[in-house]
Amino acid sequence: MDAFTTHTGTAAPLRRSNVDTDQIIPAEYLKRITRSGFEDGLFVAWRTNEPDFVLNQPQYADASVLVAGPDFGTGSSREHAVWALMDGGFRAVISSRFADIFRNNSTKSGLLTVVLPQAEVEALWAAIEADPATPVTVDLQANEVRYGGTTVPFEIDEYTRWRLLEGLDDVGLTERHMSDVQSYEATRAPWLPKALPVI
Amino acid sequence: MPKTLAEKVYEAHVVRSTTGEPDLLYIDLHLVHEVTSPQAFDGLRAAGRTVRRPDLTMATEDHNVPTLDILAPIADPISRAQVDALRRNAAEFGIRLAPMGDRDQGIVHVIGPQLGLTQPGMTIVCGDSHTSTHGAFGALAFGIGTSEVEHVLATQTLPQYEPKQMAVTVDGELPAGVSAKDIILAVIAQIGTGGGQGHVIEYRGSAIEKLSMEARMTICNMSIEAGAKAGLIAPDQVTFDFLQGRPHAPTGADWDAAVEYWSTLRTDEGAVFDREVHIDAASLTPYVTWGTNPGQGLPLTGSVPDPADFADEDERRDVEQALAYMGLTAGTPLRDIKVDTVFLGSCTNGRIEDLRVAAELLRGRRIDPDTRMLVVPGSVGVKAQAEAEGLDQVFLDAGAEWRGAGCSMCLGMNPDQLKPGERSASTSNRNFQGRQGKGGRTHLVSPSVAAATALTGKLTAPADLQQPADLETV
Ligand code: SF4
Repeated sequence: MDAFTTHTGTAAPLRRSNVDTDQIIPAEYLKRITRSGFEDGLFVAWRTNEPDFVLNQPQYADASVLVAGPDFGTGSSREHAVWALMDGGFRAVISSRFADIFRNNSTKSGLLTVVLPQAEVEALWAAIEADPATPVTVDLQANEVRYGGTTVPFEIDEYTRWRLLEGLDDVGLTERHMSDVQSYEATRAPWLPKALPVI
Repeated sequence: MPKTLAEKVYEAHVVRSTTGEPDLLYIDLHLVHEVTSPQAFDGLRAAGRTVRRPDLTMATEDHNVPTLDILAPIADPISRAQVDALRRNAAEFGIRLAPMGDRDQGIVHVIGPQLGLTQPGMTIVCGDSHTSTHGAFGALAFGIGTSEVEHVLATQTLPQYEPKQMAVTVDGELPAGVSAKDIILAVIAQIGTGGGQGHVIEYRGSAIEKLSMEARMTICNMSIEAGAKAGLIAPDQVTFDFLQGRPHAPTGADWDAAVEYWSTLRTDEGAVFDREVHIDAASLTPYVTWGTNPGQGLPLTGSVPDPADFADEDERRDVEQALAYMGLTAGTPLRDIKVDTVFLGSCTNGRIEDLRVAAELLRGRRIDPDTRMLVVPGSVGVKAQAEAEGLDQVFLDAGAEWRGAGCSMCLGMNPDQLKPGERSASTSNRNFQGRQGKGGRTHLVSPSVAAATALTGKLTAPADLQQPADLETV
């Protein structure tokens, strides 16, 4: 996973709530078996059908921070949604509430998801709509979002923060504890099912 | 200290717990399908890792599978490549696979319970958000992303934080014609699509206890639509009766020991939930969604809402966008909405009981001539049982299509899709824009509403069917 320390870029205001992962990337793009190259599917229905969709507007075309309404990333567990956002140039998403699986997935791939109160999201929307060129900094070292003269702190659990800052992948971390896993396995009840074929 | 059911199951699986780090949770069963696994297997290969417990891992093909000509090679080359990748990965890593044509093939959340692999007190994960379905057995079951699939394959564990606890209590007597689907649609309409965020929901109360396992699975299935990590129901005699005799259920002394343990899996008196919601079952009527997220639902007796009635500006904009996409006008009675397609199936309502309920309403009647109805059993096992009961003939006689098993039109990764602008009444779980096909419009309903709707061509509750003049009989 790529490390995330701090990122500065322009931001796109996505004034919608309940942006589900089917909108972020529809199912037909999920047939691929690769882990990259999903940018063509990113928000494809809205990009195709809505000429004034925010990412169709030239002033937001190069945005790398997405500022969305509440309940971003609901629906399917597809990690492709995170990959598509990253392939589409986004490094961070800001919302007042994320769906759990999406947020979890984002922390595994190095996309920073920042939770801010809805009032702060509204203020940020206003600022980037007033001047789309406003640089927005998402700083994981300082736990702050900064733009114009404004600084907004955000919270993230320490462990996830450390993993993101270091770019560490979970499997390697867990492998340090395989002896604990073995001890646990010795205590499992004998009747627990095995997925082997029953003749 | 008194504990909730979810806390008991969680704590029984903690391998390691250290301050400042997530717990390491042991996973008893890992279900795998073709869509969310190829990149995980690639990750294993790249790192030179193996699957730690192939014996606790089971794969099937469900999302891409065609429901016609299932023994022919898949026509869509990209779908075929994805299914082939799963076959290669299962062979290379030694994982049991139920491929197309196998008697155990089906939607991953239908086959786990059907085989008896889903049992009380287990931890179950799958790279699929509707893994919450398995919570109906009192298991802690939740969906994960592809990176986590790789983690479970490699280590049989997951780093986790203990979720918050929520209780949804449904007491009272469900009126006739009102089903589990209506309960969960009502719950989501009440608490919203983010209402369960960060929580495990335990469904309890006298109305839940009276439900069959199939109905309990329908409820737990859609916990994710309420934003919850998982949903679960305490196991009881209904659970044990369902499990006994299934291929992977314990037998003999093991069965007795298992039942003894399973019987302890209840929330203790005095355990504290972070949030509680109460629903009066007697007040429920058939529900239907009118918008583009599962929280946008109303009783079928209602009308399409007016954006002007929403005080909050963001909400008003969301409702306007939803109505524009759905092609609906505020104030239209929901029962006047005409549908083109009825889809009966999915991991929410593709089990034998769902097919029976719908077949009962269709028996001896013909569906509306302008409406097509697709009946897709959740698994090969469900299909075989329905055929043994003669349900396939009931559907065919009524003018519906009887298909092979899979996810099908729930998400349209196979050829079963809505055309742009087409409208469906669907027993699946998501009414997102384009979910059932580009430009398709979805109304989520229960199996009995689906069948009644197929008969009249308009959104219809079974109770509305009493006037025989509405219907053409065979
Ligand atoms: S039936 Fe639908 S919701 Fe269920 S697993 Fe298949 S695609 Fe997902």
